[in-house]
Parts: sequence; structure tokens; C-alpha cells
Amino acid sequence: MKKTIEGSFAVAEVVRDCSPDVVACFPITPSTHIAEELDKMYANGEIKSYTAVESEFSAISMIVGASAAGARAFTTTDSQGLALMHEVIFAASGMRLPMVIVNANRSLSAPLSIWNDHQDSVSERDSGWIQLYCKNNQEVVDTVPQAFKISEDTNIPVMVCMDGFYLTHLVEQIDVPQRDMISGYLPPRKALYKLDPENPITMGMYALPATYQGFRIDLHEDVIASAKNIKEEMEAWAKVSGRSYGNGLWEEIGLSDAEVVFIGMGSVMENAELAIEKMRKDGKKAGILRIRCYRPFPSEAVKALAGKKAVVFEKALSMGADAPLYSELCTCAKEAGVDCELSSIIGGLGGKDVTVADIEAMLSEAEAGVVKKVWGD
Amino acid sequence: MSGVFENKELFKSGHTACAGCAVATGFRHIMRAVGKDCVIVNATGCSEIFTSAYPKSAWEVPYVHCVFENAAPVAAGVVEALRAMGNDHTKVVVLAGDGASYDIGFGHLSGMLERGHDVLYISYDNEAYMNTGVQRSGATPWKAYTTTSQVGSKIRGKLQNKKPMTEIVAAHGIPYVASSTSAHYTDLEMKVKKALSIRGPKFLNVLCTCVPGWGTDPSLSIQYLKDAVDTHVWPLLEIENGYLKMNMKPEKKPVETYLKGQKRFKHLTPEDVSEIQKMVDERWEGWVWREKVDTERKKELGE
Repeated sequence: MKKTIEGSFAVAEVVRDCSPDVVACFPITPSTHIAEELDKMYANGEIKSYTAVESEFSAISMIVGASAAGARAFTTTDSQGLALMHEVIFAASGMRLPMVIVNANRSLSAPLSIWNDHQDSVSERDSGWIQLYCKNNQEVVDTVPQAFKISEDTNIPVMVCMDGFYLTHLVEQIDVPQRDMISGYLPPRKALYKLDPENPITMGMYALPATYQGFRIDLHEDVIASAKNIKEEMEAWAKVSGRSYGNGLWEEIGLSDAEVVFIGMGSVMENAELAIEKMRKDGKKAGILRIRCYRPFPSEAVKALAGKKAVVFEKALSMGADAPLYSELCTCAKEAGVDCELSSIIGGLGGKDVTVADIEAMLSEAEAGVVKKVWGD
Repeated sequence: MSGVFENKELFKSGHTACAGCAVATGFRHIMRAVGKDCVIVNATGCSEIFTSAYPKSAWEVPYVHCVFENAAPVAAGVVEALRAMGNDHTKVVVLAGDGASYDIGFGHLSGMLERGHDVLYISYDNEAYMNTGVQRSGATPWKAYTTTSQVGSKIRGKLQNKKPMTEIVAAHGIPYVASSTSAHYTDLEMKVKKALSIRGPKFLNVLCTCVPGWGTDPSLSIQYLKDAVDTHVWPLLEIENGYLKMNMKPEKKPVETYLKGQKRFKHLTPEDVSEIQKMVDERWEGWVWREKVDTERKKELGE
């Protein structure tokens, strides 16, 4: 049933109904409301445990411990909080511990900014986590149960990315999945291995040069293989909820006959949908390729770009090099022998607005073959 | 000490600790007191390296290591998970060095103590970062040589005093804080057992000789710890519900007894030694005074 609700509160509701054993959070704008709401639920006896820790570093460390003990574990953060977690983010995936983070995407210091972009989570792309970027709050609440399922099936942690403020603080009508729907889809966690005095194991060992590389390559290959789980879970969730988002890895809108394509991630893609609709009415053949799953990278998505011009719009950058999504798509296109004309645009950093008109203008520039590399001042 | 070698060891031989490593000796006795129904959370450090090189493990109990500074919150996560899933009995014990406890993980330890998680945190203190080759830590004593508190023509060893960790932890108002050493087996095992009988956060500060770090003879590791206690350098004490009790008040030996033969102190002048003696005496008097005050207060309150 649809209701009018703030994005953060909707996340808290869906997390509660995924029945986590351990939740540990540290407040940071703009993810704070998720943490506050979960604590309120704990105070009302609606979730089993909630710990207000002294830092994001302890939040991720606590859910590492909880997951190692066999629990379903959750935390939420963004920006500086995610950066502070960095060391443990890598350890968590390396230890093959399932867990879910909802990251409320926000810029990184300096200068200090609390507003949205993707620099925080994109900077964690090489960590061995699955990363799913949502375009709206309906997708966020539909993705969280999938994230737990994918994570617990693959023993790979999952980061659900939702744009700070644009989504976390947006109040709109969405259909928040209810507990009975979720429990039919997401069974209690059955840990493949856990800290159990009846069956003692050693976790988080150290590896000498003879074995270290093997562990890392195993994780890399398993992250690639998790694409299959992500696709399957999207199908399974569509069956219970009636909603789906592309094939789980990427979403195409009007792509087959498009001449110009807007490529990107997150909530800006809803503006892109409006821009495309308008352009189509004006007789321009425009389309969308939305990358939903950034890790594992959906390299096959480039196949649909053959013969097209496309703008790769990113709210992230790699200082001193090509933008991350753009350079990865270029590599994939080259390797797949797909002939397309890709242009990179960086914009929307630190909450700079990207409007429907901006997207139309970007696509017009791409059509004309003259593209600004940075959008806005 | 009867029965020490009768039971099945939970901390196995075959690990790669140095000869004379008092950390390994201490772990063996700690594990005897902890028993099987536990989860061990280890911080990065010597003990993690010498017990858990894949695919070998010295642990007969569930063990987890994550990174250097997060043993306290990992343990908090383990215990919250166990309790949330209905396990009310398994003990969660942290084993972390002084680098992890006094320094890099200090804030996270403080957070865990403040929140009251049901965890026994054992800091094995060998007074420097030994795993990386003997660098100074907050636990390194005044004037001691390490590779980052060098003895040169202008500066001679560590310029700062050892961090008073036992007192700092006790200031959190947790139910049980104690100090021991790897050499005082009965004291150590008694304290581990007592700590584990109490709900909430508990802290044990255990002094351990480090042969390469202290520059001592491997056959004298136990003797040095005995001397640390007998010279009043490292008092054996308990702070239970805020009340101090000194477990041993040995007749004081001069501090030279403990310092001599340790290469990290070989550059000390007679003036340095008398300064250390003064510091040790002052601290000891402070403990004795506090024990007296606490005992009287306890009597007054009828506790």
C-alpha cells in the first residue's frame, strides 16, 4: 500500500522488516534520520538490537563482529563516515562476511560539504563490495531486501547507494514492502560459517605470499559471478512485489532506437527520464542507460550502445585521470568491439543542481559532437 | 597449580612465538581460565601473527581477527549478535596488545566500555609495538629505548611517561578492572575467572616480557615479570565496583633488580635510575593510599 513517507524513514521501515539481528550506527548527515528511526524502533522493541557507537569505524567493526557470529547485520552512513570505514570495508569483504550498508551518497571533504554526489561510494569501488545505485526511494526500499539476500547467498557485503537529500530527505508516495512480503522472500540467515564454540574456526587469518593473491582473486571472481545473483534476485523480487528495475544490473529506457544516450547512476536518472520524454515529444531520438549495479561492473551493458552517441554523466571523478564510469565504459566498449561515441561529463558535485534542462542541453551537445567536460561552474 | 597440565589445551603449541615470549605463556593460562565456551577476538599484532598464519591456527576455540584498532567494537558486535540470537552464555574475550589498546584502538575501547558490552578485554602489554620491530607506544616506560625512542647524543630514550591505562580504564566506572602478569599464573587465572563471572565490560592489563623488545635473556622472561611486581613497578591489583584491592604487597626490591639486564634500559644513568625509583615509589604510595581510602569507604557504606 502506498504511503507518503520520507526516504530515510522508509529505509528504516524496510530494514526493520528484514529482521536484522544487529544494527550499529553513527549519525552523519544525510543518513542520520535512518539511524534515528532505527533507534526509535529499538526503543519500541521492534528490532532486536541497536547500538549507537562512538564512530563509523566502530559501526562497521561491530557489524563485522556480528556477521562473523552469524547474525544479519546492518549499518548506514555516508561521505566522511564511509571514508572512516575504509579500512574495515576492505577487511569485511576479504573475510567474506555478508552485511548491508545503506550509503546516503554525499561529497567528501575538503572543502566540507554535506550535499550529494557519488565521490564517497565510488571511492570504495575496488573494495570487493557489491554496489547498487538507486534512482528513487521506491527502488531503495525494493533493493534493501534484495541486498540482504544477495549478500547472504554470496558472502559478499552489499552497499545500497541512495542520493543524500535528493532521496533521503524526499517525502513522496511510495509502496514500502511489508514484513509478510519480505519474510516470504528473505529467509533467516543461514551462515555458511560462523563463530561457534561447538564448531570452532579461525576467521580473519593472515596470509603469506603463497596464498594471499589466491584469496583476493577468489573474491574478485566471486564479485564478478555475483552478477547472476543480482539478476536472479531482481526477477524473484519482481514476482513478490510486482516491481523491477531493468535486469538488476542496468536499466534501459528508449535505448533501441536512440541516437543519443544519457548514461549515469542514481537519482539524476529520474530527471533524465523526464528529459528524454520531452525530447522524444520534440522528435529527438534520445535514450537512457542507467547503471544500477556499479560493482560488479555490468560490462555487457555497452552492447546496446553500438552506433550511438552517449554522454556519461558522473557525480564523481578520479583526480588526474578520466572519470571512473566513463573510463570503464570505454574499456568495455573497446573490449567488446562496440563502436560508439562516448563523452564524459562531470557535474552535480557537492549538491550542484542538475536539472531536466541541463540534461537536454548535455544531450544536444553530444548530438552536435561538442561536449563540455565539466557541467556547471 | 595442580591440574595445570591435565586438561586439554585450548591454546595449542606449534605457534611461531619467539622463545621466551611471555604473551604466549600468558595466553595459555588465560585460555585455561576462559574455557571452551568463548569467542576470542584478537587485534592485529604479535599474537595474531604467531597464532593464525593460514592455513594453521593455534586456536581450539572460535577466533576472529579483523584489523589493528577494532578488536573492541568487533567484540561488541560478536556479543550483541550472540545475545540477539538467544545465546546468553558464550563469553567474548578480546586479546589485544598495548599498541592496539593504549594507542590506535583507544577511542574504540573507550566507546565499548562506556556502552557496557558484556566483553572481557585483555590488554597484553609488552610496552612497545613489538610486531613491527620495537617502536615506542603509549605503554613504553620513560627513558626506554625503542627504534622510535632512540638513544642519541641529545635525547636518551623515551621522553614521556607510560600511559596510566589501568586507572584510565577504571575511570570509566566499569565493574571490574585488574592488572596481572604472564608470570603470576594463579593471580592471572583467578582474575580471568572472576572477570568472566561478571556481566558487562571487564578489563585486564597483563604485563608480558618481550625478549627482542626488552633485550632480555629468553630464559628470564618469567623472572623479569616477578621482579616487576617485587620492585613495585607493576602492582597486582583489582578495582571491583570502584574499590581498589592490592593483591600483593611484596617487600620492595630496588628498581635496579628489574631494570638490569634489559637492553632497553642499558643507557640509564644512576640519576635516571633514582628518578625511576622515585616515580615507582610515588605511584605505589598512591595505590596504597587509595586502597586505604577505598577500604574505609567500603566499610562506612557497609558494602
